[in-house]
Amino acid sequence: MSRLKKLLMDESKYQITVPIIAILLSFLIGTLVMLFTGINPLGAFKALIRTMTGLNLEQMFTDKMFNMRYVGEFLTTAIPITLTGLSVAFAFRTGLFNIGAEGQLLVGATAATLASVLLDLPAFIHVPIVLLSATIAGAIWGMVPGYLKAKFNVHEVVVTIMMNYTALYFTNYVLKALPGSTLIKTVKSNPSGTLESDFLSSITNGSRLHWGIVVVALAIVAFWYIIEKTSFGFELRAVGFNPDASRYAGMKVNRNVMFSMMIAGAFAGLAGAMISVGTFDYGRVLVGFENYGFDGIAVALLGGNTAIGVMLSGLLFGGLKSAQPLMQANGVPMEIAKIISSLIILFVAMKYGFEMLLRNYAEKHEKEGK
Amino acid sequence: MEYVIEMLNITKDFPGIRANDDVTLRVKKGEIHALLGENGAGKSTLMSILFGLYRPNKGIIKVNGKEVQIDDPHVANDLGIGMVHQHFKLVENFTVTENIVLGSEPKKSFGRVDIEKATKKVSETSERYSLSVDPSSKIEDISVGMQQRVEILKMLYRDAEILIFDEPTAVLTPQEIDDLMDIMRMFAKEGKSIILITHKLKEILAVADTCTVLRRGKLVGTVDVADTNEKELAEMMVGREVFFQVDKPKREPGKKVVEIKGLTVKDNRKLKAVNNLSIDIYAGEILGLAGIDGNGQTELIEALTGLRKIESGKVVLNDVEISNYSIREITEAGIGHIPQDRHKFGLVLDFRLDENLVLQTYYQKPNSVRGILNQEAITKKAEQIIEEFDVRSGKGAETSARSMSGGNQQKAIIGREIDRSPAFLIAAQPTRGLDVGAIEYIHNRLVAEREKERAILLVSLELDEILNISDRIAVIYEGEIVGILDPEKTDEKEIGLMMSGSKRVGVANE
Repeated sequence: MSRLKKLLMDESKYQITVPIIAILLSFLIGTLVMLFTGINPLGAFKALIRTMTGLNLEQMFTDKMFNMRYVGEFLTTAIPITLTGLSVAFAFRTGLFNIGAEGQLLVGATAATLASVLLDLPAFIHVPIVLLSATIAGAIWGMVPGYLKAKFNVHEVVVTIMMNYTALYFTNYVLKALPGSTLIKTVKSNPSGTLESDFLSSITNGSRLHWGIVVVALAIVAFWYIIEKTSFGFELRAVGFNPDASRYAGMKVNRNVMFSMMIAGAFAGLAGAMISVGTFDYGRVLVGFENYGFDGIAVALLGGNTAIGVMLSGLLFGGLKSAQPLMQANGVPMEIAKIISSLIILFVAMKYGFEMLLRNYAEKHEKEGK
Repeated sequence: MEYVIEMLNITKDFPGIRANDDVTLRVKKGEIHALLGENGAGKSTLMSILFGLYRPNKGIIKVNGKEVQIDDPHVANDLGIGMVHQHFKLVENFTVTENIVLGSEPKKSFGRVDIEKATKKVSETSERYSLSVDPSSKIEDISVGMQQRVEILKMLYRDAEILIFDEPTAVLTPQEIDDLMDIMRMFAKEGKSIILITHKLKEILAVADTCTVLRRGKLVGTVDVADTNEKELAEMMVGREVFFQVDKPKREPGKKVVEIKGLTVKDNRKLKAVNNLSIDIYAGEILGLAGIDGNGQTELIEALTGLRKIESGKVVLNDVEISNYSIREITEAGIGHIPQDRHKFGLVLDFRLDENLVLQTYYQKPNSVRGILNQEAITKKAEQIIEEFDVRSGKGAETSARSMSGGNQQKAIIGREIDRSPAFLIAAQPTRGLDVGAIEYIHNRLVAEREKERAILLVSLELDEILNISDRIAVIYEGEIVGILDPEKTDEKEIGLMMSGSKRVGVANE
């Protein structure tokens, strides 16, 4: 029996094999769509490879073969959606559906801009204050639906959707009220209060990559540690799987629901800072949502709500997102990337179907073996 | 001899398990044929095949000597096969008649349901078999025993000649069980054939003519009930010798451990479920609480363990009033609780076994130190409980709780609750749905805890269980204790009468 077959039939590895099958199938169907519509699929793959590795397959062995700038920009795109992915995943682990990462991100971004524009401090203290403001703002925004759920059993999906809109208009109002703001943006942040990094920018050939990459790495570790290693995380997981048994065992289910939404909000708030003081150095007045929160749902789903899974799927979705301009340049409509992303989600959502197919396959194989 | 049903060499596979392996069942006309086996022996699968819910991988089915393909329950209905499921399939807010005709309603012009005609037919059938069912009452207003009769009428209305009863006595009082058996005998006399699925040996001996025994999907044998006895049937079912009586040394109760005084608790509909209830429980005794399901047992347990608010009255544990304690404070005060619904309350099924075994103690030293889990200590604790309580599982402490068998899940819960060394152990239906072997083990374990001077409250719907291991029996009816009895000096009949509210003993009749 080949090793691939063995892997496919191993039930304990479904958590890994199923998402990989989902990804491969999505790329396969994406390729078919391109073939049917007369587009050369190679253009899409070349763009994706160039985005994620910096390698230009068309100009191999020339001085234009390798450009780190693409990698820098790709990571910059992956940073916020990995954090919103952590936010959604954290809530999922406690049995909650955080659709509100978008709003939590917006208040986080605005809080970071405020702290960055209004304060003038040495960088070693300014940056932590900026990040903390974003985290707290996001946590407060997550606390509201958490409290309403715990106290009055109002469904968190309803509240978080409403609070997304509240966040959008509220933050626009605040940003425009800042001294020196125009109708579309605020004044520049104080350099001491941003995540900008000349070093990271220089090693990636002048990309916008910033210190946020370190923040994300720490957040992933924190997520894993809280969920897997602390007694608090034990409670959250227990509540997520079975609130009745958790209550029976003496856990305070309602309090945990609120804490969980706050922590989820904190991750999303931090994601906001990555954009407002990382990717950009000014606050932006937005016309509509930029869907970081919804990307986070996709990232969490594909990543199976685990720390390492969210990291990997954050990278994949970040890659698909930042490859879009290059795809366009290669004659592939950027909608192809969106089709592939959507298919991945579709197939991950069909995970029980895949598990059933794999089980049938294993069973059949066993019979033939006899 | 002519057979109405022949299921020959039936084999049915489910992923990873062979539920029926070359099973043959032959039912004669006009007999009551018992199908006996432990949980998971394949009884329900076999009957589901006969009723058209599953299709067998191998084997043939003959009805009245003719080979048939039963692809779905409609075919079964047409062949005259009817089934009373363990969980009734009735529409709560419909009347008896509406439920009975559902799916085959008599029609007037323009497709209107002819409810008068239906009602007439239902009451005729009901009278003919003296089932005394009122065709116009709503299901939610009638007792469980009556609901079962509605299910029976449903089969008769469809002219069923072969009646399958799936564990029909689980929900009934002893008197209702007697009545049901009379009804079954009457059907048999009329020439109808009955298949009775059960794991209760006494019922088989009382009512059945023939008994087919299954064990782990395989046919053990078919015997004439007249030529066998309880012990032999049990051995066939379990595959080894079984002892029914728990060896329980007599002993004097110790000091008072639990005092419940004037306890009143409301149910989810805000009605009084436990009404001014008082009772004491002593060290080294098992107090059995008997009662028909829904008479306040659940609410009483939930109030004692902090899951439900106490309206008035108090609970005292070892001279400390715990009435207003939180669930965690009650747990820490030394109350262990084996919940009646082990999947809802007892376990987090998606957790590993070791995580489940520290469900109440994960935050305490040594399982956690300053908020950080200590996996080493948790594993050690889990392995100790697994060893001590013989919890069998695929991968030891790391097994997912969901993949374990019911008996082992229950052993894990009991191990966890006993290991926390509570002064007071509440066991709510600790053997529900378990096979004879596991029941034997759990009963012995409870008696062993009694020997360690613990106070134990055993709440059960099984009278056998209560009579077998209790030191005192309290009977609950509509949230009140209607009598306290000595198991040596009472019998099922007396308890049954008290459970239905028609008799009170030894308590003030207010």
